[in-house]
Amino acid sequence: MILWELFHTFFIMGFVSFGGGYPMIPIIETAVTDYGWMTAERLTNMIAIAGMSPGPVAVNSAILVGYSAAGIKGALVSAMAILLPSLILVILVAALFIKLHHNPVVENIFYGLKPLVTSLIIFAALKFALANDLITINVSFRSISLVAIFGLSLFALLKLRWNPVYVIILSGLVGIALYS
Amino acid sequence: MKVKFQWKFLFQIFWSFFKISPVTFGGGFAMIPFIIKEIVEKRKWLTHEDITDVIALSQTIPGAVAVNSATFIGHRIGGIRGAIAAMIGVSLPTFVIVLSLGISYFFIQDNPKLEAAFISIRTTIVAIIVYAAIRIAKTAITDKTTFFIMAVGVPILFFIHPVVAIFLGAITGLVAVKIKKRLGYNIDLHKKKKVDPTTDPDYFMGAGI
Repeated sequence: MILWELFHTFFIMGFVSFGGGYPMIPIIETAVTDYGWMTAERLTNMIAIAGMSPGPVAVNSAILVGYSAAGIKGALVSAMAILLPSLILVILVAALFIKLHHNPVVENIFYGLKPLVTSLIIFAALKFALANDLITINVSFRSISLVAIFGLSLFALLKLRWNPVYVIILSGLVGIALYS
Repeated sequence: MKVKFQWKFLFQIFWSFFKISPVTFGGGFAMIPFIIKEIVEKRKWLTHEDITDVIALSQTIPGAVAVNSATFIGHRIGGIRGAIAAMIGVSLPTFVIVLSLGISYFFIQDNPKLEAAFISIRTTIVAIIVYAAIRIAKTAITDKTTFFIMAVGVPILFFIHPVVAIFLGAITGLVAVKIKKRLGYNIDLHKKKKVDPTTDPDYFMGAGI
């Protein structure tokens, strides 16, 4: 049954997957909570590994969540579920000769869709910040250092324009130095 | 003879994308120069204009840009079978890499050093998500209406399913443009300058991250 849960979650996700992997986190998070596949902390770890790996973050997250929930079978089912919509849509669009770009209806849809995709990412950031004790009223070495890591990571990405993969690796080393 | 030839052709499509796939570090955008080199210059299956077309089209349908553009190119070259061959080709290497990383993680997850590393990494992931939001907001938030949709969208997501929210966002887009046009507002849906999707990373609505 868990394979079916994985399949329909990622199959639906494949049809609404706009704007890269991170806007899809709320969909994964909702399914993870509803079906009890894993804790929020482990889900964040999975998203981190997905972000560190080559390939699309959405597909990588599906593979890792699938593996984490149901082993290699789960990974295969989840990967197929998220890829199938792309195949269906590509064949459909190509077969029907649908001209999608510069199509006024598509442009109007994107006018509302893009801001909502932004909301989805902000929502994902809030959820993960709460789940990982980044937003907290406790003042301790850990909470202060986490806020500092957050600030420095954002600085490296926005101002220094570092590749996210390097930021994750460096952050991991900092974590080992500070918390082990 | 013909059947044999077709299998060989499909394998060529598969192999072309299989080789390109591991460079999709940092998203579909990183793949484009390699696609042009392999598909346009080496194999001569398509032209540079075809690729520009395909990348733009891949953006308007849901799914990862890397997967969509590979599948589109496969379809143009070899029909439905070509599409499947390209899709498997582009997905298989990253599937194996991601799965190996996942399996290794589960073997060493109780290691205190790894646990410590992930305390920090989880925080960095929040920063990466915020960074993704900022990048997408740059192309998504063009006026007061889009800002309003974004601002209302966040609290609403605490109450409704994200898939439902995505559909509501799409409908809001259609309705908002119609209302604004009736009220006589002029909305600039097109970018100020024309961009070539194969060279402008910001075109990719955050697809690279």
